[in-house]
Amino acid sequence: MTTTVASVPLVERDHAFALLREMLRIRRFEEKAAELYSAGQIRGFLHLYIGEEAIAVGALQALGPDDAVVATYREHGHALARGIPAAAVMAEMYGKTNGCSRGRGGSMHLFDVGRRFYGGYAIVGGGLPIAVGLALADQLQNRARVTACFFGDGAVAEGEFHESLNLAALWKLPVLFLCENNGYAMGTALERHQSQTDLSRKAQSYKLPAEQVDGMDVLAVEAATRKAVDAVRQGKGPYFLEFLTYRFRAHSMYDPDLYRTKEEVERWKARDPIPGFEARLRAWGLLGDADLARLERDVEAEIAAAVAAAEAGTWEPVADLLKDVHTPVAQ
Amino acid sequence: MSTTYREAVREALRAALHSDPRVFLMGEDVGRYGGAYACSRGLLEEFGPERIRDTPLSESTFLGAGIGAALGGMRPIVELMTVNFSLLALDQVVNNAATLRHMSGGQVSVPLVVRMATGAGRQLAAQHSHSLEGWYAHIPGITVLAPATVADAHGMLLAALREPDPVFIFEHAMLYPMEGDFGPNGAADITRAAVRRAGKDVSVIAYGGSVGKALEAAGDLATRGIDAEVIDLRTLRPIDDATILASVRRTGRAVIVDEAWRTGSLAAEVSARIMEGAFYDLDAPVARVCGAEVPVPYPKHLEDAALPQAAGIVAAVEQVVGATHG
Repeated sequence: MTTTVASVPLVERDHAFALLREMLRIRRFEEKAAELYSAGQIRGFLHLYIGEEAIAVGALQALGPDDAVVATYREHGHALARGIPAAAVMAEMYGKTNGCSRGRGGSMHLFDVGRRFYGGYAIVGGGLPIAVGLALADQLQNRARVTACFFGDGAVAEGEFHESLNLAALWKLPVLFLCENNGYAMGTALERHQSQTDLSRKAQSYKLPAEQVDGMDVLAVEAATRKAVDAVRQGKGPYFLEFLTYRFRAHSMYDPDLYRTKEEVERWKARDPIPGFEARLRAWGLLGDADLARLERDVEAEIAAAVAAAEAGTWEPVADLLKDVHTPVAQ
Repeated sequence: MSTTYREAVREALRAALHSDPRVFLMGEDVGRYGGAYACSRGLLEEFGPERIRDTPLSESTFLGAGIGAALGGMRPIVELMTVNFSLLALDQVVNNAATLRHMSGGQVSVPLVVRMATGAGRQLAAQHSHSLEGWYAHIPGITVLAPATVADAHGMLLAALREPDPVFIFEHAMLYPMEGDFGPNGAADITRAAVRRAGKDVSVIAYGGSVGKALEAAGDLATRGIDAEVIDLRTLRPIDDATILASVRRTGRAVIVDEAWRTGSLAAEVSARIMEGAFYDLDAPVARVCGAEVPVPYPKHLEDAALPQAAGIVAAVEQVVGATHG
């Protein structure tokens, strides 16, 4: 499954570096998180995005600061690519008050409303109606904003997927539905949970423009998303992109990964979006060993600082347990 | 000026739509049909399809869209038609509406109002007649209201729209034709239970569709020499302990009326609070008059038998009062 490299660069050098850097940040951040999980510093569920980085990085290039993001429980990559500082994400995984959700949510519930990152949702499909509503608010207030909603292939089996696509299409809402099809709903393979495995056809049946995109190619992801965002922002209604991808790690840290073969995993690893992109940049003469070493060094330093910030963070006092169950009312 | 409970809901909706451009109503058949219980009749013509939005039969998604629209700066009112249908949206209620503020570390509020009909009495059988508001009252992060009067049907909806967090309003389906007056006061106080009839011998505690039955029972008891106080809970979460306990401390006896099933009910919750807060003031064990533990049946005589009735409340009170002397 080798990709033919175009003879001329498809990307400018600075932008290429930004894309590579973001993918590396996510990869190294999660490798560190897995290590810290084994060391007991991070608890609960930890769902790694490793292998799928090209999607969050490519897609989020196409959004502006006023656009909104709704994500899933496998959302470290989206949070980082959206600009939430690595320290705030790491501290959240530690459960510390300097986390992006004050330590209340953990790995699965990253929020940063200032960056219009409206959360990680851990009930599969549960974020889609929220995205539809954010888009409805924009439509009612005549704001030319887009709400990007990420979800996996597993969500396609949920009623909320069908209800949300129907409602968004019916009301021409500015939602970008971004399906990360990694072939498995937890441990159940796509062909074992879907009668129609071409998910874009389901979206088309609700009259959404829908495309399948190579989710291992960051440039393809970015190009497809830019085109979709343009259409949505022009008021043409929702758009559906299905990114074909694969997670290299188990579903979560608890998963013994018994349901797929080593050969299958290795086949997909051969299409790893990071080395693949590096090879193309080298072929185009945009990336050398020194550049890569510098990028890796920068990323390593950022992650070390993030871990230090998380370690130094404080625990929320137990006295504040009930704080923010309700909004405090000014007297 | 006398009006109906249904019209009181409609007038509150109209007032809210007039006074706040962020307010809109969405739900199944709220527009062209006029609302399953006619609460929104005429509003589509008056406010247009952007603000009176008919939805597909997708409870989970239009309730979730209400949450998202609230996050996006709107003031949505979602109508769920009936409490039995609301179960299809319960994921969005429990996992999103009620959690987002706490789980995000206080970054967001969800100013969402959800209305639905509840309760039995119209021979609609086992999928349109249940009283599940007690389940909602179990959930931290939301406020649960049960207007039992025309004034509360109007004032509680206006009050709900001032709250920064989700409010669920349960309108008992048998109350819609009830006549009364909602007065000029606007938003109601939603922090307190109300004493609907003062009395000294026993506290009869009810809410929603059972308040009228409790008052009917109290009238009957008066002819038998028993002076019953009737308390309308009004707000099911958070429960106003102070009003309940003050009453029970005076009367020494409590009978709780709840149309929902007895096991794990709001009646059980109120009883526990009385035990915790007024045990030494009690002259008799707390009694409960609840719905029978069956799916509500269709035929009139069986439906009546499945629900609390004034006669059953009278019997329970007499037993509690008798126990004092027995």
